[in-house]
Amino acid sequence: MAELTNASDRRRLVALLSPAYLWLLVAVFLPLSAMLFFSFLTDLPQDTPDWGFTLGNYARFLSNPTYGTLLWKSVTLGLTVTLACILIGYPCALVLARTIKGRARETLFLLVILPFWSNSLVRIFSWAIVLRGNGVLERFLELFVPFDLRLNLMFTTTAVVIGLVHSYLPYVILTSYLALQAIDDDIIEAARSMGASRLTILRRLLLPLSMPGLMAGAVLVFVPVVGSFMEPRILGGRVGTYYGTVIEDQFVAVYNWPLGAALSFILLAVVLLILALASPILRKANT
Amino acid sequence: MSLVDVQNVTKKFGHTTALDNVSITFDNGGFFGLLGPSGSGKTTLLRTIAGFYYPESGSILIGDRNVEKIPVEKRDIGMMFQSYALFPNMSVADNVGFGLRVRKVPAVEEKRRINEALELVQLQALADRRPSQLSGGQRQRVALARAIVTNPKVLLLDEPLSALDKSLRVDMQIELKRIQREVGITTIFVTHDQEEALTLSDRIGILKAGRIIQAGTPREVYDRPVDAFAAGFLGEANWLPQQLLDGLTLPGEKQSHRFAVRPEMLTMSDAAVDGRNSVRGKLVQRVFAGALATCLIEVKGEQWKLIARDRDLPDFAGEGDVWLNWAPEDTIRVPA
Repeated sequence: MAELTNASDRRRLVALLSPAYLWLLVAVFLPLSAMLFFSFLTDLPQDTPDWGFTLGNYARFLSNPTYGTLLWKSVTLGLTVTLACILIGYPCALVLARTIKGRARETLFLLVILPFWSNSLVRIFSWAIVLRGNGVLERFLELFVPFDLRLNLMFTTTAVVIGLVHSYLPYVILTSYLALQAIDDDIIEAARSMGASRLTILRRLLLPLSMPGLMAGAVLVFVPVVGSFMEPRILGGRVGTYYGTVIEDQFVAVYNWPLGAALSFILLAVVLLILALASPILRKANT
Repeated sequence: MSLVDVQNVTKKFGHTTALDNVSITFDNGGFFGLLGPSGSGKTTLLRTIAGFYYPESGSILIGDRNVEKIPVEKRDIGMMFQSYALFPNMSVADNVGFGLRVRKVPAVEEKRRINEALELVQLQALADRRPSQLSGGQRQRVALARAIVTNPKVLLLDEPLSALDKSLRVDMQIELKRIQREVGITTIFVTHDQEEALTLSDRIGILKAGRIIQAGTPREVYDRPVDAFAAGFLGEANWLPQQLLDGLTLPGEKQSHRFAVRPEMLTMSDAAVDGRNSVRGKLVQRVFAGALATCLIEVKGEQWKLIARDRDLPDFAGEGDVWLNWAPEDTIRVPA
């Protein structure tokens, strides 16, 4: 950043930045600090008079292997959903940004971000209607096959993945689309004039040049999916126990806020660690 | 021997006709300028030759191959874009080598040819830089090296110098001409800058409303424009008012022609000069601009311009009645 020698420049900067920072302070930093504080307590102060400080909540994560297993399960889910979103979303963004022009592009783009406009619970229950045994999907497929399909995806990991991919796909499409449409048409035409095939152009130009957008989308999907609880709970049923649902249970069912808070911070730490390990790749994508 | 032969090409975009039955032949090894105002179809013609557009009708021959139905990837052309269109994610060497790698040239030869091309544009030292680390002139050289490294049959340049500032542009004109001579590649370029067209081209084609109205050497087009548009577009023209034509020695019938004189053909004096065509005018302004001076003279309601070395101009007070003289053979004639 350029050096700010001018006092009035500095004052203007402070004035412009402070609303955002104030908001972050009140809405993010304070609640997060409170949670961090809770995670070191034996009990909530308003519940029990003899509360004290402890590291026991964090120790429980280590002593009970179930938490670790569930966290790993959640990370795997995150990777699966992210991969699916990339595989489905990137080609879609590619077509939107490079092939379709004008009005059709606007309309299709609107359809892509439509999931953002619907209530997530409504969305998930719609999927339940589609995926359950004798549901919309099974009935539809049975129109094409003569025998009884007995397709029941409800309460399976597949159902959870489908629901999550549907919810988070727009992030990958949006970020990839923005990166792809920023690429100058001349660059593609120059490559064509040199004899490059479509595949070469995709591999050596479009993909590297849009990698920052794709990676940003992947992070935007991965982080919330690892901590997700609504889709696993509703669409996963019995197999839908994930790290996120366990945390939710601590807050709304078991009412063990300190443990829930501790588990949340472990999740935060693990996600940050994964992003840190992946940062060389992310940074490379940005150059 | 003609290398690129465009015959009766028509190209439409919706209801607008961008190219209207265009025929033009580009000889092997020549440097051709396509000149015209914006919307005249010059860029469309270039991009149709490149293969980005397919013509509705007509034929395009590159070498001995009919290419009008062949996509750009397979036409074996080199093209340089106005924006240069360098690949930002690749080094200078990789940019230049892109076309070679696409053609699966062996690594050793690829390296040698990249070096040759960079040497030609005098950029060997910057082979490892990224395009973002280069100046405008350097980017232009990389784009040129990249366009010729594959030894294409024809080199197409879209407004090659318009993104450079004036002084750099003049240097690059000379440089571009040198490289084209050295490589000997047939080159077609598009420009709206008449000076650039005159400097670079062996031959010029002037386009207007999707048609080629005149093609020829710069001198032919400059000295013998086919119509008033060509006369005014390539260089400036002082049009002779009808009522002054009597008594002048003119190269054609008064009724069916219009006549003009180029600004640099004029001399100025305080009396008519024997043996030359002379008209009377009123000196409005005299602008000193270093080597040359420009005078604005009103001749029977027409704005005339005279360009001459400042020291060759007589010392008038600055404004007043003057005579403008020129040799009769320097008169330009176009059909009325």
